Amino acid sequence: MLRVELRKRRGDFALDAGFSAPTPGVTALFGRSGCGKSTLISLIAGLLEPDAGRIVIGEDVLFDGERGLSIDARHRRIGVVFQDPRLFPHLSVQGNLDYGARRVPRGASRFVSFDDVVGLLGLGGLLGRRPHELSGGEKQRVAFGRALLSQPRLLLLDEPLASLDLARREEVLPYLESLRDAFAIPIVYVSHQFDEVLRLATRVVLLDAGRTVADGDIAAVSRDPQLRAIVGPDSVGAVLSGHVERLDPNGLAVLRVGDAELNVELEGAAVNQRIQIQVLARDVIVASARPVGLSVRNVVSARVISVTPDAGRAVLVELDIGRTATLLARITARASEELGLSANKEVWALIKAASLRGHVFSVPAR
Amino acid sequence: MLSPAESEALWLSLSVAARAVVINLPFAVMVAWLLTRKRFAGRTLFDAFVHLPLVLPPVVVGYLLLVLFGVRGPIGGWLHEQFGIQLAFTSNGAALATAVMSFPLVVRAIRISLENVDSRLEEAARTLGAGAFDRFTSITLPLIAPGILAGAITAFAAGLGEFGAVITFAANVPGETRTLPLALYTALQTPDGDTLAARLAILSLSLGLAGLLVSELLSRALRRRLGR
Repeated sequence: MLRVELRKRRGDFALDAGFSAPTPGVTALFGRSGCGKSTLISLIAGLLEPDAGRIVIGEDVLFDGERGLSIDARHRRIGVVFQDPRLFPHLSVQGNLDYGARRVPRGASRFVSFDDVVGLLGLGGLLGRRPHELSGGEKQRVAFGRALLSQPRLLLLDEPLASLDLARREEVLPYLESLRDAFAIPIVYVSHQFDEVLRLATRVVLLDAGRTVADGDIAAVSRDPQLRAIVGPDSVGAVLSGHVERLDPNGLAVLRVGDAELNVELEGAAVNQRIQIQVLARDVIVASARPVGLSVRNVVSARVISVTPDAGRAVLVELDIGRTATLLARITARASEELGLSANKEVWALIKAASLRGHVFSVPAR
Repeated sequence: MLSPAESEALWLSLSVAARAVVINLPFAVMVAWLLTRKRFAGRTLFDAFVHLPLVLPPVVVGYLLLVLFGVRGPIGGWLHEQFGIQLAFTSNGAALATAVMSFPLVVRAIRISLENVDSRLEEAARTLGAGAFDRFTSITLPLIAPGILAGAITAFAAGLGEFGAVITFAANVPGETRTLPLALYTALQTPDGDTLAARLAILSLSLGLAGLLVSELLSRALRRRLGR
Protein backbone atom coordinates (compact mmCIF):
# COMPACT_ATOMS: atom_id res chain seq x y z
CA MET A 1 0.00 0.00 0.00
CA LEU A 2 1.30 3.41 -0.98
CA ARG A 3 0.06 6.47 0.89
CA VAL A 4 0.90 9.93 -0.38
CA GLU A 5 0.09 13.38 0.97
CA LEU A 6 2.17 16.10 -0.63
CA ARG A 7 2.46 19.83 -1.11
CA LYS A 8 4.76 21.57 -3.55
CA ARG A 9 4.88 25.09 -4.92
CA ARG A 10 6.62 25.77 -8.25
CA GLY A 11 6.27 29.31 -9.48
CA ASP A 12 2.57 29.94 -9.96
CA PHE A 13 1.64 26.28 -9.71
CA ALA A 14 0.67 24.81 -6.36
CA LEU A 15 0.28 21.07 -5.88
CA ASP A 16 -1.62 19.83 -2.85
CA ALA A 17 -2.60 16.25 -3.46
CA GLY A 18 -3.04 13.00 -1.62
CA PHE A 19 -4.06 9.47 -2.51
CA SER A 20 -3.41 5.87 -1.69
CA ALA A 21 -2.68 2.91 -3.96
CA PRO A 22 -3.30 -0.70 -2.92
CA THR A 23 -1.03 -3.73 -3.40
CA PRO A 24 -1.40 -5.25 -5.92
CA GLY A 25 -3.29 -3.32 -8.53
CA VAL A 26 -3.07 -0.35 -10.81
CA THR A 27 -4.07 3.08 -9.57
CA ALA A 28 -4.48 5.59 -12.36
CA LEU A 29 -3.55 9.25 -11.89
CA PHE A 30 -5.88 10.90 -14.34
CA GLY A 31 -6.25 14.52 -15.35
CA ARG A 32 -5.70 17.09 -18.04
CA SER A 33 -2.19 18.00 -19.18
CA GLY A 34 -0.62 20.36 -16.68
CA CYS A 35 -2.76 19.26 -13.73
CA GLY A 36 0.32 18.15 -11.79
CA LYS A 37 0.41 14.42 -12.55
CA SER A 38 4.04 14.34 -13.61
CA THR A 39 5.08 16.64 -10.78
CA LEU A 40 3.44 14.26 -8.35
CA ILE A 41 5.36 11.34 -9.91
CA SER A 42 8.68 13.22 -9.60
CA LEU A 43 7.91 14.00 -5.96
CA ILE A 44 7.13 10.36 -5.15
CA ALA A 45 10.20 9.13 -7.02
CA GLY A 46 12.37 11.60 -5.09
CA LEU A 47 13.52 13.53 -8.16
CA LEU A 48 11.84 16.64 -6.74
CA GLU A 49 11.73 17.64 -3.09
CA PRO A 50 8.23 18.28 -1.67
CA ASP A 51 7.62 21.34 0.51
CA ALA A 52 5.60 19.31 3.00
CA GLY A 53 3.74 16.06 3.41
CA ARG A 54 4.39 12.33 3.69
CA ILE A 55 5.16 9.37 1.43
CA VAL A 56 4.74 5.93 2.95
CA ILE A 57 5.05 2.51 1.29
CA GLY A 58 3.79 -0.23 3.60
CA GLU A 59 5.61 0.48 6.86
CA ASP A 60 8.47 2.47 5.30
CA VAL A 61 8.41 6.24 5.47
CA LEU A 62 10.20 7.68 2.41
CA PHE A 63 9.43 11.30 3.10
CA ASP A 64 8.14 13.12 6.14
CA GLY A 65 8.17 16.91 5.98
CA GLU A 66 7.49 17.33 9.70
CA ARG A 67 10.40 15.15 10.77
CA GLY A 68 12.63 16.52 8.00
CA LEU A 69 13.09 12.99 6.66
CA SER A 70 13.75 12.44 2.98
CA ILE A 71 15.23 9.24 1.54
CA ASP A 72 17.36 9.88 -1.56
CA ALA A 73 15.77 8.80 -4.84
CA ARG A 74 18.37 6.12 -5.34
CA HIS A 75 17.50 4.44 -2.07
CA ARG A 76 13.71 4.60 -2.49
CA ARG A 77 13.52 1.46 -4.62
CA ILE A 78 10.78 2.88 -6.78
CA GLY A 79 10.80 1.86 -10.42
CA VAL A 80 10.00 4.70 -12.79
CA VAL A 81 9.13 4.50 -16.48
CA PHE A 82 8.97 7.89 -18.13
CA GLN A 83 7.23 9.13 -21.26
CA ASP A 84 10.46 8.74 -23.21
CA PRO A 85 12.19 5.40 -22.62
CA ARG A 86 15.49 6.92 -21.42
CA LEU A 87 17.48 3.82 -22.29
CA PHE A 88 21.24 4.14 -21.90
CA PRO A 89 22.50 4.44 -25.50
CA HIS A 90 25.96 3.04 -24.78
CA LEU A 91 24.58 -0.20 -23.34
CA SER A 92 22.87 -3.13 -25.06
CA VAL A 93 19.35 -4.16 -24.07
CA GLN A 94 20.95 -6.72 -21.77
CA GLY A 95 23.16 -4.02 -20.26
CA ASN A 96 20.18 -1.76 -19.71
CA LEU A 97 18.22 -4.55 -18.01
CA ASP A 98 21.20 -5.39 -15.80
CA TYR A 99 21.78 -1.78 -14.78
CA GLY A 100 19.14 -1.68 -12.06
CA ALA A 101 19.44 -5.38 -11.25
CA ARG A 102 23.14 -4.95 -10.36
CA ARG A 103 22.31 -2.14 -7.95
CA VAL A 104 19.66 -3.88 -5.84
CA PRO A 105 20.81 -3.49 -2.23
CA ARG A 106 21.99 -6.64 -0.47
CA GLY A 107 19.26 -8.27 1.55
CA ALA A 108 16.44 -6.70 -0.48
CA SER A 109 13.74 -9.16 -1.43
CA ARG A 110 13.96 -10.22 -5.07
CA PHE A 111 10.55 -11.03 -6.49
CA VAL A 112 11.31 -10.51 -10.18
CA SER A 113 13.65 -12.84 -12.02
CA PHE A 114 15.46 -11.97 -15.22
CA ASP A 115 13.84 -14.85 -17.10
CA ASP A 116 10.34 -13.85 -15.92
CA VAL A 117 10.80 -10.32 -17.19
CA VAL A 118 12.33 -11.34 -20.49
CA GLY A 119 9.54 -13.88 -21.05
CA LEU A 120 6.73 -11.61 -19.97
CA LEU A 121 7.86 -8.62 -22.02
CA GLY A 122 9.05 -10.65 -25.01
CA LEU A 123 12.61 -9.31 -24.85
CA GLY A 124 14.38 -12.59 -25.66
CA GLY A 125 15.25 -11.64 -29.24
CA LEU A 126 16.33 -8.11 -28.35
CA LEU A 127 18.97 -8.69 -25.67
CA GLY A 128 21.98 -8.13 -27.92
CA ARG A 129 20.61 -5.03 -29.61
CA ARG A 130 21.42 -1.41 -28.93
CA PRO A 131 18.64 1.03 -28.05
CA HIS A 132 18.92 2.84 -31.42
CA GLU A 133 18.12 -0.45 -33.17
CA LEU A 134 14.74 -0.78 -31.38
CA SER A 135 11.28 0.48 -32.33
CA GLY A 136 9.48 2.87 -29.98
CA GLY A 137 7.34 0.10 -28.53
CA GLU A 138 10.33 -2.18 -28.02
CA LYS A 139 12.24 0.59 -26.27
CA GLN A 140 9.38 1.15 -23.86
CA ARG A 141 9.15 -2.59 -23.14
CA VAL A 142 12.86 -2.62 -22.29
CA ALA A 143 12.26 0.38 -20.00
CA PHE A 144 9.52 -1.58 -18.17
CA GLY A 145 11.87 -4.54 -17.80
CA ARG A 146 14.72 -2.38 -16.56
CA ALA A 147 12.50 -0.78 -13.91
CA LEU A 148 11.09 -4.16 -12.79
CA LEU A 149 14.51 -5.76 -12.48
CA SER A 150 15.56 -3.13 -9.96
CA GLN A 151 13.13 -5.04 -7.69
CA PRO A 152 11.01 -1.98 -6.91
CA ARG A 153 8.49 -1.74 -4.10
CA LEU A 154 6.37 0.50 -6.29
CA LEU A 155 6.19 1.08 -10.00
CA LEU A 156 5.49 4.59 -11.31
CA LEU A 157 4.51 4.73 -14.97
CA ASP A 158 4.42 8.33 -16.19
CA GLU A 159 2.39 8.28 -19.43
CA PRO A 160 4.56 5.46 -20.79
CA LEU A 161 2.55 5.20 -24.01
CA ALA A 162 2.22 8.90 -24.75
CA SER A 163 5.21 9.01 -27.09
CA LEU A 164 3.87 6.09 -29.19
CA ASP A 165 1.46 6.18 -32.11
CA LEU A 166 -1.87 4.37 -31.88
CA ALA A 167 -0.65 1.12 -33.43
CA ARG A 168 2.38 0.95 -31.13
CA ARG A 169 0.17 1.69 -28.13
CA GLU A 170 -2.04 -1.28 -28.96
CA GLU A 171 1.10 -3.37 -29.30
CA VAL A 172 2.45 -2.40 -25.85
CA LEU A 173 -0.80 -2.42 -23.83
CA PRO A 174 -1.10 -6.23 -23.61
CA TYR A 175 2.40 -6.34 -22.09
CA LEU A 176 1.31 -3.84 -19.46
CA GLU A 177 -1.73 -5.97 -18.71
CA SER A 178 0.35 -9.09 -18.16
CA LEU A 179 2.87 -7.12 -16.11
CA ARG A 180 0.03 -5.91 -13.87
CA ASP A 181 -1.29 -9.44 -13.41
CA ALA A 182 2.12 -11.07 -12.83
CA PHE A 183 3.64 -9.04 -10.00
CA ALA A 184 2.26 -8.17 -6.59
CA ILE A 185 3.42 -4.56 -6.42
CA PRO A 186 1.40 -1.37 -6.44
CA ILE A 187 1.50 0.39 -9.79
CA VAL A 188 0.69 4.05 -10.28
CA TYR A 189 -0.21 4.76 -13.88
CA VAL A 190 -0.33 8.33 -15.12
CA SER A 191 -2.45 8.97 -18.17
CA HIS A 192 -4.70 11.45 -19.83
CA GLN A 193 -6.28 8.74 -22.03
CA PHE A 194 -9.30 7.24 -20.30
CA ASP A 195 -9.30 4.12 -22.51
CA GLU A 196 -5.87 3.19 -21.13
CA VAL A 197 -7.12 3.74 -17.60
CA LEU A 198 -10.14 1.54 -18.30
CA ARG A 199 -7.95 -1.27 -19.56
CA LEU A 200 -5.40 -1.21 -16.79
CA ALA A 201 -6.64 0.38 -13.60
CA THR A 202 -9.12 -0.56 -10.92
CA ARG A 203 -8.70 2.65 -8.94
CA VAL A 204 -8.63 6.19 -10.23
CA VAL A 205 -7.27 9.35 -8.65
CA LEU A 206 -8.58 12.43 -10.39
CA LEU A 207 -6.30 15.46 -10.38
CA ASP A 208 -7.35 18.95 -11.33
CA ALA A 209 -5.16 22.06 -11.04
CA GLY A 210 -2.84 20.35 -8.58
CA ARG A 211 -5.55 18.96 -6.30
CA THR A 212 -7.04 15.53 -5.82
CA VAL A 213 -10.72 15.96 -6.68
CA ALA A 214 -11.76 12.31 -6.63
CA ASP A 215 -10.11 9.12 -5.44
CA GLY A 216 -11.71 5.70 -5.48
CA ASP A 217 -12.91 2.69 -7.34
CA ILE A 218 -13.00 3.25 -11.13
CA ALA A 219 -16.76 2.59 -11.18
CA ALA A 220 -17.40 5.36 -8.66
CA VAL A 221 -15.01 7.84 -10.27
CA SER A 222 -16.50 7.12 -13.73
CA ARG A 223 -19.77 8.71 -12.53
CA ASP A 224 -18.07 11.68 -10.90
CA PRO A 225 -19.12 14.99 -12.51
CA GLN A 226 -15.48 16.19 -12.31
CA LEU A 227 -14.41 13.32 -14.57
CA ARG A 228 -17.20 14.14 -16.98
CA ALA A 229 -15.86 17.67 -17.20
CA ILE A 230 -12.42 16.37 -18.16
CA VAL A 231 -13.29 13.67 -20.72
CA GLY A 232 -16.07 15.60 -22.48
CA PRO A 233 -19.72 14.58 -23.07
CA ASP A 234 -19.03 11.97 -25.77
CA SER A 235 -16.70 9.95 -23.56
CA VAL A 236 -18.90 10.00 -20.47
CA GLY A 237 -20.01 6.58 -19.36
CA ALA A 238 -20.29 4.40 -16.30
CA VAL A 239 -17.55 1.84 -15.82
CA LEU A 240 -18.90 -1.51 -14.69
CA SER A 241 -17.13 -4.60 -13.56
CA GLY A 242 -18.47 -8.10 -13.43
CA HIS A 243 -17.66 -11.74 -13.95
CA VAL A 244 -18.10 -13.83 -17.07
CA GLU A 245 -21.10 -16.02 -16.25
CA ARG A 246 -21.13 -18.08 -19.43
CA LEU A 247 -19.96 -17.94 -22.98
CA ASP A 248 -22.52 -17.72 -25.74
CA PRO A 249 -21.75 -19.92 -28.75
CA ASN A 250 -22.29 -16.86 -30.97
CA GLY A 251 -19.10 -15.29 -29.63
CA LEU A 252 -20.72 -13.13 -27.00
CA ALA A 253 -19.83 -13.40 -23.34
CA VAL A 254 -22.54 -13.01 -20.73
CA LEU A 255 -21.45 -10.82 -17.83
CA ARG A 256 -23.13 -10.63 -14.46
CA VAL A 257 -23.18 -6.95 -13.48
CA GLY A 258 -25.31 -5.99 -10.50
CA ASP A 259 -28.62 -7.77 -10.95
CA ALA A 260 -28.32 -7.59 -14.72
CA GLU A 261 -26.82 -9.83 -17.34
CA LEU A 262 -24.98 -8.06 -20.14
CA ASN A 263 -23.98 -9.52 -23.49
CA VAL A 264 -20.54 -8.27 -24.44
CA GLU A 265 -18.27 -8.92 -27.41
CA LEU A 266 -15.20 -10.43 -25.84
CA GLU A 267 -12.51 -12.51 -27.44
CA GLY A 268 -10.60 -15.14 -25.51
CA ALA A 269 -12.59 -14.76 -22.32
CA ALA A 270 -13.04 -17.58 -19.82
CA VAL A 271 -15.84 -18.21 -17.37
CA ASN A 272 -15.39 -16.44 -14.01
CA GLN A 273 -12.84 -13.95 -15.34
CA ARG A 274 -13.20 -10.44 -14.04
CA ILE A 275 -14.15 -8.01 -16.80
CA GLN A 276 -14.22 -4.25 -16.81
CA ILE A 277 -16.36 -2.40 -19.35
CA GLN A 278 -17.40 1.15 -19.97
CA VAL A 279 -20.95 1.76 -21.12
CA LEU A 280 -20.88 5.14 -22.85
CA ALA A 281 -23.81 7.29 -21.83
CA ARG A 282 -24.56 8.12 -25.48
CA ASP A 283 -24.95 4.38 -26.25
CA VAL A 284 -27.70 3.80 -23.68
CA ILE A 285 -31.37 4.05 -24.69
CA VAL A 286 -34.03 4.48 -22.02
CA ALA A 287 -37.50 2.98 -22.47
CA SER A 288 -40.51 3.30 -20.18
CA ALA A 289 -41.86 -0.12 -21.18
CA ARG A 290 -40.06 -3.33 -22.11
CA PRO A 291 -39.65 -3.19 -25.88
CA VAL A 292 -40.05 -6.16 -28.20
CA GLY A 293 -38.80 -6.90 -31.69
CA LEU A 294 -35.49 -5.04 -31.42
CA SER A 295 -32.02 -6.11 -32.47
CA VAL A 296 -30.56 -4.82 -29.24
CA ARG A 297 -29.10 -7.65 -27.11
CA ASN A 298 -29.13 -6.01 -23.72
CA VAL A 299 -32.42 -4.98 -22.15
CA VAL A 300 -31.86 -4.25 -18.49
CA SER A 301 -34.39 -3.41 -15.81
CA ALA A 302 -33.37 -0.22 -14.02
CA ARG A 303 -34.55 2.44 -11.60
CA VAL A 304 -33.87 6.15 -12.13
CA ILE A 305 -31.61 7.65 -9.47
CA SER A 306 -31.36 11.17 -10.83
CA VAL A 307 -31.81 13.30 -13.93
CA THR A 308 -29.33 16.16 -14.32
CA PRO A 309 -28.93 18.70 -17.12
CA ASP A 310 -25.90 17.99 -19.33
CA ALA A 311 -24.15 19.80 -22.18
CA GLY A 312 -26.39 21.02 -25.01
CA ARG A 313 -30.05 20.12 -24.78
CA ALA A 314 -29.30 16.80 -23.15
CA VAL A 315 -29.81 15.34 -19.70
CA LEU A 316 -27.76 12.70 -17.95
CA VAL A 317 -29.85 9.99 -16.37
CA GLU A 318 -28.30 7.91 -13.61
CA LEU A 319 -29.78 4.41 -13.46
CA ASP A 320 -29.59 1.83 -10.68
CA ILE A 321 -29.27 -1.72 -12.08
CA GLY A 322 -28.98 -3.43 -8.68
CA ARG A 323 -26.26 -4.11 -6.10
CA THR A 324 -24.81 -0.59 -6.37
CA ALA A 325 -24.12 -1.01 -10.10
CA THR A 326 -25.06 2.14 -11.99
CA LEU A 327 -25.49 3.14 -15.62
CA LEU A 328 -25.39 6.61 -17.14
CA ALA A 329 -27.60 7.48 -20.10
CA ARG A 330 -27.35 10.68 -22.10
CA ILE A 331 -30.67 11.51 -23.76
CA THR A 332 -32.32 14.71 -24.94
CA ALA A 333 -34.21 16.78 -22.40
CA ARG A 334 -37.27 16.44 -24.62
CA ALA A 335 -37.17 12.61 -24.49
CA SER A 336 -36.75 12.71 -20.74
CA GLU A 337 -39.85 14.89 -20.41
CA GLU A 338 -41.92 12.66 -22.70
CA LEU A 339 -40.95 9.58 -20.73
CA GLY A 340 -41.65 11.43 -17.50
CA LEU A 341 -38.28 10.45 -16.03
CA SER A 342 -37.75 11.32 -12.38
CA ALA A 343 -36.16 9.67 -9.37
CA ASN A 344 -37.37 6.15 -8.52
CA LYS A 345 -39.17 5.59 -11.81
CA GLU A 346 -38.80 2.00 -13.09
CA VAL A 347 -37.46 1.92 -16.66
CA TRP A 348 -35.62 -0.31 -19.12
CA ALA A 349 -32.11 0.44 -20.32
CA LEU A 350 -31.15 -0.75 -23.81
CA ILE A 351 -27.52 -1.27 -24.78
CA LYS A 352 -26.20 -2.72 -28.06
CA ALA A 353 -23.81 -5.59 -27.35
CA ALA A 354 -21.69 -4.41 -30.28
CA SER A 355 -21.07 -1.08 -28.52
CA LEU A 356 -19.52 -2.80 -25.51
CA ARG A 357 -15.90 -3.83 -25.36
CA GLY A 358 -14.76 -5.79 -22.33
CA HIS A 359 -11.28 -5.73 -20.78
CA VAL A 360 -10.03 -8.80 -18.98
CA PHE A 361 -8.48 -8.55 -15.52
CA SER A 362 -7.11 -11.83 -14.31
CA VAL A 363 -6.27 -10.54 -10.84
CA PRO A 364 -9.42 -9.63 -8.92
CA ALA A 365 -9.55 -6.02 -7.80
CA ARG A 366 -9.48 -5.33 -4.09
CA MET B 1 65.84 8.00 -42.66
CA LEU B 2 66.06 10.39 -39.73
CA SER B 3 69.29 11.67 -38.23
CA PRO B 4 69.86 10.98 -34.50
CA ALA B 5 69.11 14.62 -33.67
CA GLU B 6 65.91 14.52 -35.72
CA SER B 7 64.59 11.34 -34.16
CA GLU B 8 65.54 12.64 -30.72
CA ALA B 9 63.45 15.75 -31.37
CA LEU B 10 60.59 13.66 -32.76
CA TRP B 11 60.45 11.27 -29.81
CA LEU B 12 60.80 14.11 -27.34
CA SER B 13 57.90 15.92 -29.01
CA LEU B 14 55.71 12.80 -28.89
CA SER B 15 56.62 12.14 -25.27
CA VAL B 16 56.08 15.75 -24.14
CA ALA B 17 52.72 15.96 -25.97
CA ALA B 18 51.58 12.62 -24.51
CA ARG B 19 52.55 13.64 -20.98
CA ALA B 20 50.73 16.95 -21.45
CA VAL B 21 47.54 15.09 -22.42
CA VAL B 22 47.81 12.84 -19.36
CA ILE B 23 48.21 15.87 -17.09
CA ASN B 24 45.32 17.60 -18.85
CA LEU B 25 42.53 15.04 -18.98
CA PRO B 26 41.48 14.59 -15.34
CA PHE B 27 41.47 18.34 -14.72
CA ALA B 28 39.75 19.10 -18.02
CA VAL B 29 36.93 16.60 -17.28
CA MET B 30 36.50 18.14 -13.83
CA VAL B 31 36.50 21.73 -15.10
CA ALA B 32 34.17 20.93 -18.02
CA TRP B 33 31.75 19.21 -15.63
CA LEU B 34 31.83 22.18 -13.25
CA LEU B 35 31.22 24.62 -16.11
CA THR B 36 28.29 22.69 -17.64
CA ARG B 37 26.55 21.23 -14.61
CA LYS B 38 27.14 23.66 -11.73
CA ARG B 39 26.00 27.20 -11.18
CA PHE B 40 28.33 28.98 -8.77
CA ALA B 41 29.48 32.51 -7.99
CA GLY B 42 32.35 33.59 -10.22
CA ARG B 43 31.58 30.95 -12.84
CA THR B 44 31.96 33.40 -15.73
CA LEU B 45 35.32 34.62 -14.39
CA PHE B 46 36.45 31.01 -13.93
CA ASP B 47 35.36 30.23 -17.49
CA ALA B 48 37.39 33.18 -18.81
CA PHE B 49 40.43 32.15 -16.75
CA VAL B 50 40.31 28.62 -18.19
CA HIS B 51 40.32 30.05 -21.71
CA LEU B 52 43.16 32.55 -21.09
CA PRO B 53 45.90 30.44 -22.77
CA LEU B 54 43.97 30.76 -26.04
CA VAL B 55 44.34 34.54 -26.09
CA LEU B 56 47.56 35.18 -24.16
CA PRO B 57 50.89 35.30 -25.99
CA PRO B 58 52.52 31.91 -25.20
CA VAL B 59 55.55 33.76 -23.88
CA VAL B 60 53.38 35.25 -21.15
CA VAL B 61 52.15 31.79 -20.14
CA GLY B 62 55.76 30.57 -20.07
CA TYR B 63 56.78 33.57 -17.99
CA LEU B 64 53.94 33.03 -15.49
CA LEU B 65 54.89 29.37 -15.19
CA LEU B 66 58.48 30.41 -14.54
CA VAL B 67 57.30 32.76 -11.79
CA LEU B 68 55.10 30.08 -10.16
CA PHE B 69 57.00 26.85 -10.89
CA GLY B 70 60.57 28.13 -11.13
CA VAL B 71 62.99 26.77 -8.52
CA ARG B 72 62.48 29.93 -6.46
CA GLY B 73 58.75 30.25 -7.25
CA PRO B 74 56.11 29.52 -4.57
CA ILE B 75 55.04 26.16 -6.06
CA GLY B 76 58.28 25.18 -7.81
CA GLY B 77 60.30 25.96 -4.66
CA TRP B 78 58.05 23.80 -2.53
CA LEU B 79 58.15 20.92 -5.01
CA HIS B 80 61.96 21.15 -5.11
CA GLU B 81 62.33 21.21 -1.30
CA GLN B 82 59.78 18.50 -0.55
CA PHE B 83 60.26 16.06 -3.39
CA GLY B 84 63.38 17.21 -5.20
CA ILE B 85 61.29 17.78 -8.32
CA GLN B 86 62.44 20.43 -10.74
CA LEU B 87 60.15 21.52 -13.56
CA ALA B 88 61.83 24.54 -15.10
CA PHE B 89 64.31 23.60 -17.88
CA THR B 90 63.23 19.88 -17.83
CA SER B 91 61.10 17.78 -20.17
CA ASN B 92 58.44 17.53 -17.45
CA GLY B 93 58.37 21.31 -17.41
CA ALA B 94 57.94 21.27 -21.21
CA ALA B 95 55.00 18.90 -20.71
CA LEU B 96 53.46 21.20 -18.09
CA ALA B 97 53.79 24.26 -20.35
CA THR B 98 52.28 22.29 -23.25
CA ALA B 99 49.45 21.07 -21.00
CA VAL B 100 48.55 24.58 -19.88
CA MET B 101 48.52 25.83 -23.47
CA SER B 102 46.25 23.04 -24.74
CA PHE B 103 44.01 22.92 -21.64
CA PRO B 104 41.24 25.15 -23.10
CA LEU B 105 41.05 22.96 -26.23
CA VAL B 106 40.44 19.86 -24.15
CA VAL B 107 37.92 21.57 -21.88
CA ARG B 108 36.03 22.83 -24.91
CA ALA B 109 35.79 19.42 -26.58
CA ILE B 110 34.62 17.72 -23.38
CA ARG B 111 32.21 20.50 -22.58
CA ILE B 112 30.45 20.24 -25.93
CA SER B 113 29.87 16.52 -25.48
CA LEU B 114 28.77 17.03 -21.85
CA GLU B 115 26.17 19.53 -23.01
CA ASN B 116 24.83 16.87 -25.37
CA VAL B 117 24.41 14.29 -22.59
CA ASP B 118 20.73 14.07 -21.67
CA SER B 119 20.69 14.63 -17.91
CA ARG B 120 17.40 12.74 -17.80
CA LEU B 121 19.44 9.58 -18.40
CA GLU B 122 21.28 10.31 -15.16
CA GLU B 123 17.88 10.83 -13.50
CA ALA B 124 16.77 7.40 -14.72
CA ALA B 125 20.01 5.90 -13.39
CA ARG B 126 19.28 7.50 -10.03
CA THR B 127 15.88 5.84 -9.77
CA LEU B 128 17.65 2.54 -10.60
CA GLY B 129 19.83 2.89 -7.51
CA ALA B 130 22.98 4.62 -8.82
CA GLY B 131 24.74 7.20 -6.61
CA ALA B 132 26.31 10.40 -7.93
CA PHE B 133 29.81 9.01 -8.60
CA ASP B 134 28.36 5.76 -9.94
CA ARG B 135 26.13 7.75 -12.35
CA PHE B 136 29.12 9.75 -13.53
CA THR B 137 31.31 6.72 -14.26
CA SER B 138 28.59 4.42 -15.61
CA ILE B 139 26.53 6.88 -17.68
CA THR B 140 28.14 10.30 -18.13
CA LEU B 141 31.74 9.24 -18.75
CA PRO B 142 30.97 6.63 -21.45
CA LEU B 143 28.68 9.10 -23.18
CA ILE B 144 31.31 11.85 -23.29
CA ALA B 145 34.07 9.43 -24.32
CA PRO B 146 34.02 10.69 -27.94
CA GLY B 147 34.52 14.25 -26.68
CA ILE B 148 37.32 13.24 -24.35
CA LEU B 149 39.02 11.35 -27.14
CA ALA B 150 38.64 14.20 -29.62
CA GLY B 151 39.96 16.65 -27.05
CA ALA B 152 42.91 14.42 -26.20
CA ILE B 153 43.94 13.93 -29.82
CA THR B 154 43.57 17.60 -30.70
CA ALA B 155 45.59 18.50 -27.62
CA PHE B 156 48.22 15.93 -28.53
CA ALA B 157 48.51 17.24 -32.06
CA ALA B 158 48.64 20.84 -30.87
CA GLY B 159 51.10 19.87 -28.14
CA LEU B 160 53.57 18.57 -30.73
CA GLY B 161 53.95 22.11 -31.95
CA GLU B 162 53.96 24.13 -28.74
CA PHE B 163 56.81 26.61 -28.94
CA GLY B 164 56.58 29.87 -27.01
CA ALA B 165 55.57 28.61 -23.61
CA VAL B 166 58.03 25.70 -23.77
CA ILE B 167 61.06 27.74 -24.78
CA THR B 168 60.28 30.36 -22.13
CA PHE B 169 59.65 27.96 -19.25
CA ALA B 170 61.80 24.97 -20.18
CA ALA B 171 64.41 26.56 -22.47
CA ASN B 172 65.99 24.83 -25.47
CA VAL B 173 68.05 21.97 -24.01
CA PRO B 174 69.02 19.30 -26.58
CA GLY B 175 67.61 15.90 -25.59
CA GLU B 176 65.64 17.41 -22.72
CA THR B 177 63.36 20.14 -24.03
CA ARG B 178 64.39 20.58 -27.68
CA THR B 179 61.16 19.33 -29.28
CA LEU B 180 60.44 19.48 -33.03
CA PRO B 181 59.53 23.18 -33.22
CA LEU B 182 62.47 24.12 -31.04
CA ALA B 183 64.80 22.00 -33.18
CA LEU B 184 63.35 23.69 -36.25
CA TYR B 185 63.92 27.10 -34.71
CA THR B 186 67.49 26.14 -33.83
CA ALA B 187 68.10 24.89 -37.35
CA LEU B 188 66.91 28.20 -38.76
CA GLN B 189 69.39 30.03 -36.52
CA THR B 190 72.25 27.84 -37.76
CA PRO B 191 74.14 28.55 -41.04
CA ASP B 192 73.40 25.77 -43.58
CA GLY B 193 70.44 24.59 -41.48
CA ASP B 194 67.91 25.12 -44.29
CA THR B 195 67.63 21.46 -45.32
CA LEU B 196 67.22 20.32 -41.72
CA ALA B 197 64.58 23.00 -41.15
CA ALA B 198 62.63 21.87 -44.21
CA ARG B 199 62.80 18.21 -43.15
CA LEU B 200 61.60 19.07 -39.65
CA ALA B 201 58.78 21.19 -41.06
CA ILE B 202 57.57 18.33 -43.27
CA LEU B 203 57.78 15.99 -40.28
CA SER B 204 55.64 18.34 -38.15
CA LEU B 205 53.15 18.75 -40.93
CA SER B 206 52.70 14.99 -41.40
CA LEU B 207 52.35 14.45 -37.67
CA GLY B 208 49.69 17.12 -37.31
CA LEU B 209 47.73 15.81 -40.27
CA ALA B 210 47.90 12.23 -39.00
CA GLY B 211 46.72 13.35 -35.55
CA LEU B 212 43.69 15.17 -36.92
CA LEU B 213 42.75 12.25 -39.20
CA VAL B 214 43.02 9.70 -36.41
CA SER B 215 40.92 11.96 -34.19
CA GLU B 216 38.16 12.20 -36.77
CA LEU B 217 38.12 8.47 -37.51
CA LEU B 218 38.08 7.47 -33.85
CA SER B 219 35.30 9.83 -32.88
CA ARG B 220 33.25 8.61 -35.86
CA ALA B 221 33.67 5.00 -34.72
CA LEU B 222 32.69 5.93 -31.17
CA ARG B 223 29.64 7.85 -32.30
CA ARG B 224 28.54 4.85 -34.33
CA ARG B 225 28.80 2.68 -31.23
CA LEU B 226 26.47 5.10 -29.46
CA GLY B 227 24.09 5.01 -32.37
CA ARG B 228 24.25 8.64 -33.43
